Order: sequence, then C-alpha cells, then structure tokens
Amino acid sequence: MIQEKMPATARLSMQGIRKTFGPTIALGHVDLAVLPGEVHALVGENGAGKSTLMKVLSGAHSADEGVMFLDGVPYQPRNPLHARAQGVGMIYQELSIAPHLTVEENIVLGMEPMMGPFVNRKEMRNRAMEALAHFDHPDLQPNRLAGTLSVSAQQLIEIGRSLAMGCKLLVFDEPTSSLAQKDIERLFLLIDRLKAQGISIVYISHFLEEVKRLASRLTILRDGSAIATRDVASTSPEEIVSLMVGRDVNDLYPRSERMRGEPILEINQLAGKSKPQNASLTLHRGEVIGIAGLVGSGRTEFLRTLFGLDAVAAGEVKISDVISSNNSPAARWKQGIGMLSENRKEEGLALGLSIADNITLSSLDRLGRLGYVSPAEMKSRSARWIEKLGIKCQGPQQRIGALSGGNQQKAALARLLEHDVDVLLLDEPTRGIDIAAKARLYEAIDEIVADPVRPRSVIVISSYLPELFGICDRIAVMSRGVLTEAMPVHEITAEDVMRVATGKSDTLTHFSSL
Amino acid sequence: MNPTKVKSIISLFGPFLALIVVYAIFGALNPRFFTADVALNILTQTVIVATAAIGMTLIIIAGGIDLSVASILALCGVIAAWLVARHVDPVLVFCGTIAFGAFCGFCNGSVTVWMKLMPFIVTLGTMQIFRGSAKVFTNGTPINLPPEVTTWKAWMGGSGLPHGVWLMLGLVIFFTLILRYTRFGRHIYAVGSNELTATLCGLPVARIKIFVYSIGGAMAGLAAIMNMAKSSQGDPTTAMGMELDIIAAVVIGGASLSGGEGSVLGALVGALLMTTIRNGCVMNGIPTPWTEVITGAIIVIAVIIDRLRHKRA
Repeated sequence: MIQEKMPATARLSMQGIRKTFGPTIALGHVDLAVLPGEVHALVGENGAGKSTLMKVLSGAHSADEGVMFLDGVPYQPRNPLHARAQGVGMIYQELSIAPHLTVEENIVLGMEPMMGPFVNRKEMRNRAMEALAHFDHPDLQPNRLAGTLSVSAQQLIEIGRSLAMGCKLLVFDEPTSSLAQKDIERLFLLIDRLKAQGISIVYISHFLEEVKRLASRLTILRDGSAIATRDVASTSPEEIVSLMVGRDVNDLYPRSERMRGEPILEINQLAGKSKPQNASLTLHRGEVIGIAGLVGSGRTEFLRTLFGLDAVAAGEVKISDVISSNNSPAARWKQGIGMLSENRKEEGLALGLSIADNITLSSLDRLGRLGYVSPAEMKSRSARWIEKLGIKCQGPQQRIGALSGGNQQKAALARLLEHDVDVLLLDEPTRGIDIAAKARLYEAIDEIVADPVRPRSVIVISSYLPELFGICDRIAVMSRGVLTEAMPVHEITAEDVMRVATGKSDTLTHFSSL
Repeated sequence: MNPTKVKSIISLFGPFLALIVVYAIFGALNPRFFTADVALNILTQTVIVATAAIGMTLIIIAGGIDLSVASILALCGVIAAWLVARHVDPVLVFCGTIAFGAFCGFCNGSVTVWMKLMPFIVTLGTMQIFRGSAKVFTNGTPINLPPEVTTWKAWMGGSGLPHGVWLMLGLVIFFTLILRYTRFGRHIYAVGSNELTATLCGLPVARIKIFVYSIGGAMAGLAAIMNMAKSSQGDPTTAMGMELDIIAAVVIGGASLSGGEGSVLGALVGALLMTTIRNGCVMNGIPTPWTEVITGAIIVIAVIIDRLRHKRA
C-alpha cells in the first residue's frame, strides 16, 4: 500500500508512480519530490522513463498507480491544458508553437480570455505583456508572427505560456538541444531568475555540465525506477554516469590496434556557398578524424559540401589521388564514400519504410541484375546487420519508424556498412541515443577502422568532446567556417579544443606548448 | 506468424475483404447480382478508372498528385479519335496516344521538379490547360469514329472478356512486379517516404519523379483509348471529375497521400469497389444520389482504417 507521507514543504510530490504499456513497464515505482524554488534535475538514459514520468506529471498519460500532490493538494491532471491551469507547465524539446499566429496568440493559446463569443484582445495583450516582462527580449513583440522568430525566442513564448497561467512548476525537457551557446546562457539566467521568484523547475538533460550549473538536487532514473536522489554539489559526474548506466563506463570506447595507411581523401581549401570558408584535411586509411566545433560553425556544411549535398564554391577534393571536387551524392557513393546525416528523422531515414529498405537503399543495384531487386537477398543482407549491430526489432520487414532512436541509428550506420564504403562521414552519430547503443556504434566504428584486410576511414562530427577523444585518432576544430589542422588526440586537451571552438585561439595546439 | 507479416497481409487484403463483403451484401439483396453478366459488367466498367489509377498510384507513392489526369484522358481521347478517323494503323494509334499522354505527364513532372512547385497547384493548372486544349483541338464537338472501323469494339465490349479487362489485369501484375521487385520500384517508395533520405542515398530523385509523372500520363493515354473504344468517339468533355474517382481508388486501395505507401493491386480493388457499389445500387433500385453517399462513406472509412493501422504500428 502506498504510504501517504509527504514533506510539508514540497511543491510537487509524486509517490509510487507506476505506468505500463501492455507488457512493457515504463515506470516501476517512482517517487519524486521537488521543493519550492528548487531546480531539480532529472537524468537518465533514453528509455529510462524520464519522458513517461513527465507525461504523467503533465497529464498526457495517467498513471496506473500512485498519487501526486501539488503544494500538499492532491493533483490529478486530465490533460496538459488542465495541468497548466493547475500550475504545472511543460516546455517540450520539440517546440509546440503555431508559426502563423502572433506571439500573444501563442501565449494564450487554449486559454484565450473571452468576451462573449469573441477573444478579449485587450486582456490577451495584458496577459502576454505580463508574461513577456520576464524575458526582456527585443524580438518578442506581442503582435509579431511567432514563425518569424528565432528558435530561442520561440522557446521563450513556450515558457511565457506557462508563466501567463501563473505556473508554479515548470518542466524543461532538454531545453538546450536546439539552442546556440549564447542563447543557452541567456536561458540559464532566466531559470536562475524564475528560481529566485520561488518557481520550482524540473530540468531534464543529458548534459551533466548543465545539471551542475543549474540544479541543486538531481534524481537519476534507470529502467523505469528512481535509482537515487542526490545533492548536485556533493556528487561527482563519474558517480552520476555509473548510476545512470548501472555499470562502469571505462570500457565505453574500445580501441584496437590501428594501422594508418595511405591517404585516401585529401581536401584542399574547400569552401561552400557560405560555409565552410576554408577547410583542408587529409584522411588516411585506418584513421578516425573528429571534427569538433560549435553548432553553426560550419561542421555539418563541411560534410555536406564534401558529400555533394551542398555546392562547392572553391577548393579541391582528391579521392585516392583522383581529383573530384564537385560531385553528386550518387557519385560519392560510387567512389566509396557514405554519409550519415545528423538529422536522422528528417533526412537520414525513410521512417515509413522497412528496416531492410533503409539499410539497402543506397546499394539496391547489388541485390539483383537488370534492375531486379531480390527480396530474399534484401532480407538476408539486412538480417546480417540486425544481428551484428544488435538492432532490436521484430525483423527486417518492420517499419523503421517503430524502432527506438538508438536502433534507428544502428540501421542508418548499417546502410554505410552494407554499401561497404571506404570512407564514412558521420554527423553526430550518437545524438539522442542511449548509452548502450552508443557503445555498440563505437565498437562497430573501431572494428571497421582496425580491419586488418581493408581498414576503412571515418570523419566524425560530435559536440560531445569525451566521445571525440575516445574514438578519434586526430581531432580538427571548425570555428566560423574555418577548419584547423587535425592534431593527434594525445597532444591536445578538451580545453584546447574549446578555446579554438569559441574563437579564443586560431590554432589547435596544446596550451602549455605555446 | 510475426506481427509485421500479419500487418502487411491485412493491408493487402483489407480492401479486398471490403470488396467481397460489399459484393456479398448486394448479392444477398438481389440474387441476380451474382450472375456472370454482372461481374463482366463491373470488370469492364472498371477498366478506364483502374488503368489511370495504376499510373496515379505510382505518382502518389512518390509523394505527388496529378489532378490533371482526367484532362489528359480527354485530350488523349480526342487525339486518338482523330487518328482513328484518319485510318491510322491501330498500333500507331496506341503508340501515339500513349506517347502523347506520357508527354503531358512529363510536362507536369518537369515543371513540378525543376521549378520546385507543389504538384497540387501545377496539375490544377494543367488540368485546365489540357482540358481547354482538347476543346480547342475539336472546336468543342466530339470526334466520332467512322462507322466502318470496328477494330476498337472488342476492347471494351463484344462477347466474353473484352481485351481491355485483360489489359487492365496485365498492367496490374506488371506494375506490381515493377514496384516490388525492381530498383526503380523501390526508389519510388523511397522518394515518397523521405525525399531527403533518397537524396542522401544518391538516388536520382528528380529523374525518378519526372519518370513517374510520365508513366502516370501514359496510363491516362491508355485509359483514353479504352474510353474511346467504349463510347466510339473522342469527346473533349468526357471524364469530367474522373480524377477524383481515380484518386479515390488509389486511396481506398491503401495508399497514403503523404507518399511512401500504396499498391496497384489495392488501386484496382478500390476501383472495383466503387463500380460494384454503383452497379449494386442500380440493380437494387437504390437512387443514384445514395450511390454517391455510400461511395463517399467508403472513402472516409478507408482513410480511417488506414489511420488506425498506422497508430497501432
């Protein structure tokens, strides 16, 4: 039986929450208490149950068992709107803004002040102005169309929506994932201010640095259970990670003996329409080069230009000593180069099609002659990768959209492996996937690079520096469209990389050797 | 059996099941409905819509739409009749009409692709252009086939199964195989499912799309010949509004208007379903307006079933 005890001071108390979907137990028995004016971080791998827990909190799901209290009063939201009316506001990772409505219309959306059958525009303006006063953002004019604003301003509208309703508890779900660095800092300052006003915040994030910066306490979820609640100040990142993963993380990045061979890809002063401006790089066989840099620095555009998805403005690309600067993706595949897009859902995969279709999409002509595609061959080739990469699915014919992010990403990588390319261009290959899937991808990358018969080569973009240092042989940094020389990972540190990425230095060298 | 397989079987046989149920209901209401004559009638009346729907299926799978299909049909019809009236060899009539239909589709496809326009708007425009051209070409009056030419009768009438029915069934099999077992077929699905992915994977997206619209036009040309054979004339005002029947057949057959899904077998069944309802209503003395209501309801139900199927996936 659930014990109905609750700290008298808690803003939110969730007790014994359980939620199942058919045979799947999404949440086992979760307790969570958030104090007034507290930033409480919620961390855990994908699939640990964070989203489900927050959906229960916001009324999008109803719990099978358990009770919730808001300021000591039983709280049972029927839906997200009802939750907001009771004081619990959600700020989703994927912003829910109506781009064709104005800022003020977005803020009162669903709770428009009425005057008879009409919207009370004056009252709407007042409420919007009141909410916008929190932000002090020049672009946020109440009558401006929301679609014309930047992502960070749109996020503020979403926050304003909750503040206009007088919410006492805000849930941020990975709020920084689509923000630039300066907007992130602005958001943090706003969260500090809201906290000072006594508003409680649940902050979900993959980034432990953010948790350190913002939260006073954190709760770790794993496999649908709350594993621990700790004070942030007295908990080390290593401890948090091992609590999240449930095992030691030292062997996350396997590194077999790699034989660096001849140059396979030489890029000389490559420039695209706007970015990159100047990128030179020589990739050898059996080598992994990492591209670090901030979002928007031109890292993605560099790979896209190289792969023929964006136009080349200047510069030269040599593949196995043959000059081939401007070419289509089709030609690049033929030359033995494959690319994995950072945008898995929108660009990387055809979500409506099967796993087998997606894996073999670029190499269909190998599945039979004269344009014939053998379904049996397609199935058996895909089945091999499903087994090899441990893609959890019902079979090669399953729709890929039904898989989890990590398994989708494994299938996206399998396409490059199935095509048997020599050079793999990977753009943020581990974004948004859980740690077990990450480990599998790192293993697969290491395996093909260290292949004794035919070592492949990899260029990988990542925002997560420990990952780059873990899997790469050399790292280059992109800053404002310019790529630095690639340096061996043991000669530089994460600080050196960040200094170049943030424009404090132009060359990538170890600080002490300057 | 694993759930994926069950689902794919359901999606294949769902419309088929609906057809059998509807056929059985009308048969129960009126036993005369179960005669071979009626079945033959239904098959023959389906030929025109089904033939055009085959091409439309490819277009819709690729993520496009062609509202001008009935206008292409009318324009190709008057051209075919004009050729026949000039005693051109039937083989050349076939080739010329289909080629002209393909050209119309090619125009739709290339404007859509190269100008990066919505196919809905482009074909809304060409719908008027093609229809208008047909009227200009004939001065607004139908071109009648010369009474001495009898070659075309057997295509949509005569004794036994007309040639047109065989042609329709043959095309369904042919395009089913193309879609399932060829690289081109799989590419059509990929383009419709996610064009960006197709580009990333090095598929010639523009070429595929233009080719698909051209096939759509060619099928409309073929349907135009069947239409001419049936009515013994080339009428510029024929097939008014038939584009909606054609699209409905494709959708009832399980295609998704957002692309990436659909089958020509489904489209055939969808077309048969609509003809069956029309015939069944007539034979049971149900007034024509009710036919429209029932057909419309079937379309909505088909879309709802499709929606539910996706939700479960």
